[in-house]
Amino acid sequence: MNFEASALHRGWRAFRFFGHLVNWTGLLVCGAVLLLVGCHSEPRADIVIVNGNEPESLDPAIVTAVPDMRIAKALFEGLARLDSKTCRPVPGLAERWDVSPDGRAYTFYLRTNAAWSTGEPITAADVLYSWLRALNPATASDYAGQLFYIENAEGFYSGTIKDPSKVGLSVLDAHTFQVKLDYPLAFFLDLCCYPTLAVVPRQAIEKYGDSWVTHRPLPCSGPYELVAWRLNDRVRLRKNPFYWDASNTRSRLIDLLPVASPNTALNLYETGIADIVWDKDLVPIELMDALVNRPDFHSFDFLGTFFYRFNVTRKPLDDPRVRLAFALATDKQKILKKLTFGGEKIATHFVPEGVAHYRSPAAPGFDPEKARQLLAEAGFPGGKGFPPLHYMYFSSGGGGAKIQGKIAIELQQMWRKELGVEIELRQIERKIFYSAQSRLDYDLSASSWVGDYNDANTFLDMFESSSGNNRTGWKNSRYDSLVVEANRQSDLNRRALLFRQAEAILISEELPIVPVYFYAGLIYFKDQEIKGVHPNLLDEYPLQDIWKVKARASF
Amino acid sequence: MMHFLRRLLLLVPLLLVISFLSFVLVRVAPGGPFDRERKPASPEIERQLQVKYHLDEAVWKQYLRFLLDLAHGDFGVSLQYRNHTVNDIIRQALPVSASLGLLSFGFAMGVGVPLGCIGALRRGGWQDHATGLFSILMICVPGFVIAPLLIMLLGIKWRLFPVALWGSPLHAVLPVIGLGLYFSGRIARLMREGLLSVLPSEFITAARAKGLGEGALLFKHALPLAILPVVTYSGPLLADLLTGSFVIETIFQIPGLGAFFVNGSLNRDYTLVVGLVILYAALLVVLNLLVDVAYALLDPRIRYD
Repeated sequence: MNFEASALHRGWRAFRFFGHLVNWTGLLVCGAVLLLVGCHSEPRADIVIVNGNEPESLDPAIVTAVPDMRIAKALFEGLARLDSKTCRPVPGLAERWDVSPDGRAYTFYLRTNAAWSTGEPITAADVLYSWLRALNPATASDYAGQLFYIENAEGFYSGTIKDPSKVGLSVLDAHTFQVKLDYPLAFFLDLCCYPTLAVVPRQAIEKYGDSWVTHRPLPCSGPYELVAWRLNDRVRLRKNPFYWDASNTRSRLIDLLPVASPNTALNLYETGIADIVWDKDLVPIELMDALVNRPDFHSFDFLGTFFYRFNVTRKPLDDPRVRLAFALATDKQKILKKLTFGGEKIATHFVPEGVAHYRSPAAPGFDPEKARQLLAEAGFPGGKGFPPLHYMYFSSGGGGAKIQGKIAIELQQMWRKELGVEIELRQIERKIFYSAQSRLDYDLSASSWVGDYNDANTFLDMFESSSGNNRTGWKNSRYDSLVVEANRQSDLNRRALLFRQAEAILISEELPIVPVYFYAGLIYFKDQEIKGVHPNLLDEYPLQDIWKVKARASF
Repeated sequence: MMHFLRRLLLLVPLLLVISFLSFVLVRVAPGGPFDRERKPASPEIERQLQVKYHLDEAVWKQYLRFLLDLAHGDFGVSLQYRNHTVNDIIRQALPVSASLGLLSFGFAMGVGVPLGCIGALRRGGWQDHATGLFSILMICVPGFVIAPLLIMLLGIKWRLFPVALWGSPLHAVLPVIGLGLYFSGRIARLMREGLLSVLPSEFITAARAKGLGEGALLFKHALPLAILPVVTYSGPLLADLLTGSFVIETIFQIPGLGAFFVNGSLNRDYTLVVGLVILYAALLVVLNLLVDVAYALLDPRIRYD
């Protein structure tokens, strides 16, 4: 009797608990739904853009990635900005500027109607603060080097000059700002369009420190202000009514979606949730050949080069004849035809076509006969006795990276067939790849470079002996002095000539690198609906110029 | 009661060990947070980056600094998302992962438990084969196959649900199904096995002999015991679901923790990875503890003293 009562009691207890369990699960699920519903029901933005990876930062002094820069530029403007069609600098916060006859001093006249999005005026003191902040080591700006052309700037950064007033920047009056450079710099105005040199709000930064862009109110100097920045969800921008050119800002609300998967990007676009997808890596590579033929897919020349590096500190790659042999045995045409579909172009030189005030010399083309001959001269006839070397590449993430593996296989085959050498392929995780490349822990390695600004220097200065981006171990004093001398020229033709000589050393004589192809930019949007997007060399699309003709149905 | 208190207290040294291991291991991995395609213009700039985030210091010093911050509940600043603290990232992403996880958990339970019961009660019948086939299929076909199929059919062809993003209950449907189906298969299997092992028990026979109806028999007597394997599985499953799924979050562009976990490690975001590892470990320990509590309540044979 006793036993039965207790068993009954236990059974009842268990049943009650089971009931609770069901209730609790139900409650949790309901809670989750409520959390979702209560989340946010915002109106759709006027323009929705798939922008690439989640921004690592929106602080213009910190941003390094293209998607981040696009947003930072909409929020914070510099003295100049880039024209959306020509990609050349046009007046921004400064309405005009004078250049001294020796090309070393720039005087900027700020607009009297330049104002923060909070309504306060923007003055020359704000510009001075912003530039010195980028030059402050505590800011730890990756691109602080963009300011090193200014007098005493590098010394100030490294601490040998303590007094900021010694840096070649001066506030002449509330609206006049003067810059003194070490030498006349042909692309200084291009740098003035760069986010690193944008004007940022002192008070907010001093109050909130590194997280200042996440606090409100956020005074913005650009055409837009930040409404919301939700990680991996979206960045929402609203027109800045106090922007000096606000009457020409076409769209009121813009959403920028961080999307890393090409398939997701295409799905969002195809179902009308997104209006524009602007990243060449956000085109599903499996569908590339079909998609590029559609009228809403726009392929264009782009300031980026795919190339491979030699580690010239390793034998036998220290012999220029061996490097030239590899280059001559590389059938770039075949790689392009077989593996790329986005309108990429064969790279017969390193600096991409279309860069301002410059034309590259031509590098040697595909010549397997001569390649074999050179390799024999270097002591490896028919590849005999050639040591086992490897070609290093990384493959991860979006569509652009997948192709690296295919290119590696293609190169391996060409070198085996034409030169009789066996190159092992080594696929490495991305961070290890860059670390190994910097430490010269490789034989040959896949590489790419995208220009920061529209000038040959952004490609050529990377192979100066002291450059951290050289990563080949190649040092050539003649090359160094040509690049330095070119940058000190105020005569653009003379400058181009010197750069040409430098590039000839790089791609025809010494070959620490072999350019393979120029990237093509890819962006998709419907021309009849979206206006103001002008594909250009720098992949640069000022947000204030973009607008939509008619509304579409959306979720 | 003492048992659970002791277990809770053990959590502290356990988390310390885990934090130390993860702290050291992420730093041992080759490549650092600032190894990128482009280097700053001068080595001095590179050095300043290390100085700013104290990466130039000895690892034990960095760890002490980290512990000191942790004592204040501060995980530190993310090295990749330099405007955000790890706390900020968790605060934004955890609720999203948690709602997606809980919904998927509810879905998996809602589908898995009944299917498992049907399979067990109609053992050997066509219902058993059908539910068995379903669960095997769900276990075998990975989420990155199911999710695109769902998107293609329900999102693009019939336009019933949004293909990606987050923000309304409608947005949750496809990811919840995509994430939950696999677990519903696992749960159906566990449920079937559990029920099959309980049904032949003597107390069931006894209850039946006393004339108890089949429904009452199942719900009052068999289920609380039969569900134990599922409960065991739920602990780690919930911890897993709450902290997000990389694959589903990437496919549907959901702002949850999973993507931060994976990208954090790929980008050597030391602070973010360590912070998330600690969060995951704490969740796992606590949920396993809850599983034990559920055990004690469900199974009268189990006692903790």
